[in-house]
Amino acid sequence: MISLEGFLQTLIAGLLLGGLYALIGIGMTLIMGVMKIINLAHGELMMVAMYIAFWMFELFKIDPYISVFIAVPVMFFLGIALQKFLINPVLKVDSILPENQVILTVGIGMVLANLATIFFKSDYRSTPVNYATSAWYLSDYWKSTPLDLSLSVPWTVSFLFAVFITVSLWFFLSKTDMGKSIRATAQDLDAALIMGVNVKLMRIVTFGIGAGLVGAAGCLFIPIYYLYPSLGGQFTLIAFVITILGGLGSTVGAIIGGLILGVFESMTATYIGMGWAPVGRFVIFVAALIFLPGGVASLLRKQRFGK
Amino acid sequence: MKKYLPLIILAILSVLPLIGLSSYMMHILILVIMWSAIGMAWNLLGGYCGQVSFGHAAYFGVGAYTSGILYYKLGISPWWGMPLSVVVVTLFSLLLGYIVLRLRGPFFALATLAMGEVMRVTFENVGGLTGGTLGILIQKRTWVSKFGYYYIILFVAAGTFFLIKKLIESKLGYYFVAIREDQDAAESLGINTTLYKTIALCLSGALTGIAGAFYTNYMGYIDPHVVFALHDISIVTIMIVMVGGVATYWGPLVGAIIMVFLAELIRSIPGLGAAHQTLFGILLIVIIIFLPNGIVGDFNKIKRVFKRETPRNELN
Repeated sequence: MISLEGFLQTLIAGLLLGGLYALIGIGMTLIMGVMKIINLAHGELMMVAMYIAFWMFELFKIDPYISVFIAVPVMFFLGIALQKFLINPVLKVDSILPENQVILTVGIGMVLANLATIFFKSDYRSTPVNYATSAWYLSDYWKSTPLDLSLSVPWTVSFLFAVFITVSLWFFLSKTDMGKSIRATAQDLDAALIMGVNVKLMRIVTFGIGAGLVGAAGCLFIPIYYLYPSLGGQFTLIAFVITILGGLGSTVGAIIGGLILGVFESMTATYIGMGWAPVGRFVIFVAALIFLPGGVASLLRKQRFGK
Repeated sequence: MKKYLPLIILAILSVLPLIGLSSYMMHILILVIMWSAIGMAWNLLGGYCGQVSFGHAAYFGVGAYTSGILYYKLGISPWWGMPLSVVVVTLFSLLLGYIVLRLRGPFFALATLAMGEVMRVTFENVGGLTGGTLGILIQKRTWVSKFGYYYIILFVAAGTFFLIKKLIESKLGYYFVAIREDQDAAESLGINTTLYKTIALCLSGALTGIAGAFYTNYMGYIDPHVVFALHDISIVTIMIVMVGGVATYWGPLVGAIIMVFLAELIRSIPGLGAAHQTLFGILLIVIIIFLPNGIVGDFNKIKRVFKRETPRNELN
């Protein structure tokens, strides 16, 4: 029996999760749009950021939400270094398979995950923040409410952070010169080059931003999730599913895709079973491939043409 | 000479066990040959047809489970899984191909990766059929000695090799390479790209599936985490071909020899065992940057490097 209260609660949980997923997806879609490569080390970068936040909390008692401001710059420069010293050289190399760059990012991911296992052991860790289990209840504010819904404090704060970061990114991409150059590079590399955009720099910066975004997502995830070295692969897949669902290279699509995936996953977990949540993720992925190959972005575009 | 090279190597490999190798060495050899067979199968789809698959564990696992389920549910000898896996995996590849072959390049790669993971989760969750995460244990091994297993997998690998060689030298092979080089151009020349990509996928999948069925018989134990492993199956398959040489006949064998021996070497050095993925990853990065076509593919480049250095030394 599906109760309305349970359904709404699941929906809320799904939307909160989706907001964080969107942040992961945007990083990936940005890199994909500008560089035309898939970063298969995306989840592993997130894992690195989570370890930064974890050790900040463990050693200096810095709250994970404040670690966002530490981890994001670190990840930004890590991303720049990866792009400059590993990915850029491969873009020039002539080879039979054009997918070499993708395989390269797999290699990077393997190294990162394995180094984390060596240095930090494969124990499950979490940051025991004191607000981890607290929640806001609707009945506290509205005594005679027919449905008692609750909002977990860390989930909500993480979600708001994610929204804030997404909005700032939107401002950066649409209002600043550099943001516009990045979008121009994504749309047409050659044309951007002719217009005087420093395409090489934009690629490096984009990879940095992508890494920074997923780093922020890592810090936001750690109060509500546990951490172990091989967690990256799972989030790389999530990021990829969101990107396909949202439409390749589309930022708005990634946000919508993230929300859809979050809701869908939380629905499968509640109504079918916890173990099936990853399968639900792929059901939606396959459905998107078959019925909506262009992703949500193609629907948005169609509507614009319609007017 | 070059024409008979495959036969010479096959002859060497078939007399190799007769010189009295230890059981451990036989195990390594069996692994080398099994991995080179999987590598060749991947190479058909990834190297020749240009469809880089990150999910060969899906075919490997379905093949392995075909054998396993025959034994576990029906009590039939798991060896029947080897012929049966061809049928099962081909049907499975057809279904999979219908979904993933709509995508190109990196997107295809990632979709196959996702498919491998889906299969793992599915097999974990349908416990009634597959034994879930507990896996399937084949209680009675066919042979204690490894000779029988060695010759069976050698037969499979040699069959795979000659089949792929025959295919690549036929018209079909040219279609595959045309699709890899430029799919749109191939399509405009009248090649039914979807059909030929599906053929490549089914063949590659079926050949991997046979190796998977062999794995069940040889190892005697399978569980979803082992046979659908992303890093230990799918990525290792890619690494074997990348290290050996993409789109070469001998690349997978060379790659399998290097990778299996390297893995054993790393494992045997105390303190380094935990770092084996780091070393594999670094090897992969180095190969991609310096030898993008693998050791066999870039053999001339390697030779040139050594040749160029010799005169320089003489001058000094």
